[in-house]
Amino acid sequence: MSSRMEEIPILELRGVGKTYALNGARIEALAGASLVVRKGEFVCLIGASGCGKSTLLRIVAGFEPPSAGEALMWSKPIAGPAPDRGMVFQDYGLFPWLTVRQNIGFGPSARGLHRDRIAETVARFIDMVGLARFADAFPHQLSGGMKQRVAIARVLANDADIVLMDEPFGALDAMTRERLQDDLLDIWKSTGLTVIFVTHSIEEAILLADRVVVMEPGPGRIAGEYRVELPRPRDVASPEFNAVRRELGARLHSHHARKTT
Amino acid sequence: MATEAAGPGGGAAIARRLLGGWKALIVPALLLLAWHLAIAAGMSRLIPSPAEVARYMVDFAVGGIWDDAFSATLHIHLFASMGRVYGGFALAALVAVPLGLLIGRNDSVRALLDPFLQMMRPIPVTAWLPLSMILFGLGPRSAFFLVFLGAFYPILLNTTFGVRSVDRRLFEAASMLGCTGSAQFFRVVLPASLPSIFTGLRLGLGLAWFVIVVGEMTGVPQGLGAVIMDGRTLSRTELVICGMIVIGIAGFLSDRCVVAVMNRLLRWSPSHVA
Repeated sequence: MSSRMEEIPILELRGVGKTYALNGARIEALAGASLVVRKGEFVCLIGASGCGKSTLLRIVAGFEPPSAGEALMWSKPIAGPAPDRGMVFQDYGLFPWLTVRQNIGFGPSARGLHRDRIAETVARFIDMVGLARFADAFPHQLSGGMKQRVAIARVLANDADIVLMDEPFGALDAMTRERLQDDLLDIWKSTGLTVIFVTHSIEEAILLADRVVVMEPGPGRIAGEYRVELPRPRDVASPEFNAVRRELGARLHSHHARKTT
Repeated sequence: MATEAAGPGGGAAIARRLLGGWKALIVPALLLLAWHLAIAAGMSRLIPSPAEVARYMVDFAVGGIWDDAFSATLHIHLFASMGRVYGGFALAALVAVPLGLLIGRNDSVRALLDPFLQMMRPIPVTAWLPLSMILFGLGPRSAFFLVFLGAFYPILLNTTFGVRSVDRRLFEAASMLGCTGSAQFFRVVLPASLPSIFTGLRLGLGLAWFVIVVGEMTGVPQGLGAVIMDGRTLSRTELVICGMIVIGIAGFLSDRCVVAVMNRLLRWSPSHVA
């Protein structure tokens, strides 16, 4: 893992800010966010609502341009959405008129790959997320967990360098969430993917991340970083895990306390 | 008269249909009975009884009872009307669907056309009758135009609505997967607005049958609307009722056809599997 982290940054944010105009008032959703992500890293963004973590993710995705600072991918400014940055939405964002197979093949097909290549790629990623039996089902026939598997397979099948995940498991029940977390880690390990994962669960962040970026609101900004040194696979019930959870919880809490006083 | 058209499907499907159809026949049967009793009680001497209408319908369809000018002419009138209804409807769909997609997708086209179309829309098709007779002459072309007009707005408005209400998330999903700009039109906009387009097509086809009577009221020798007008002029109420029944059934069967196509194309949508 450490060898991965010495490579050049895949993503770099320099003083990124985002200001919205809402009924004439200026709302600062994100201010002065600087962050470096290296290839193969699993980074979690955590913080209360309004801390700008989704805004940061949407800027990286290219859905919104930053109003201040620079967002660089492989040292080049991000100019709009592109397949190298795949997004997994909390509400899935699957195409309801396409089957599981067609949803996963959407990217390769949009990029004009050959039919055989598409079929091969799709088959591989359907297997990877364990949906072979549901390949020809439509999204409305799937459970939430299965939909999110399709959404993950969809960005993987499109050769994304970074997978951006916006509270992807937030709408799922606890059991499904645990299964998907494990599967995501397996995929991350086997593919060498880079993941930026937004969550508001401390436990989820510690379970998944190499590094947890703590954000806080008013205006949204990065308040600090925490490197999770626990060996993988991590055991949520272990005393070491609990110690980290307590420490990170205290940090988050102290940020909030400082803000309110 | 209610000839049930057996749809595609296995024997079980047909049996289920007939069983379901059984309930649908209760209300018409009760109405027929009330009609029959009212006439038998002498409530109106101007309206024929159901049995008389049925007998006339047979003569209208195959002849052999009265053998007058209308005997065995049902198919002629039906086909004449169908040609105008489907022709006008098809033309309306051909113009309104692309135009609706354009208005829904392109802000300057919307700014240019939407206010004008919204202003034209409240004008009833019947109000267009005199103008259309001047523009297209007395006869079938005028009827065709009115059908076109009647079907046009529901298709246009529903298509526009469908395009405007595509979930923004789907555009984001498409663009991060590498499908951007005009490529999104066929891959996202069109499939996502298909349910609304079909709602528009169903409404439009219904209105086409609705308008055909108005369109065929003057200067058209053949057509179900002409039959109804002739029946009125000749005080032959049974003829009027026969025309009404044929239009009702033809409109119903047309709708079933659209629904069959719709259920096939929209089988991905849980709210459209009917």
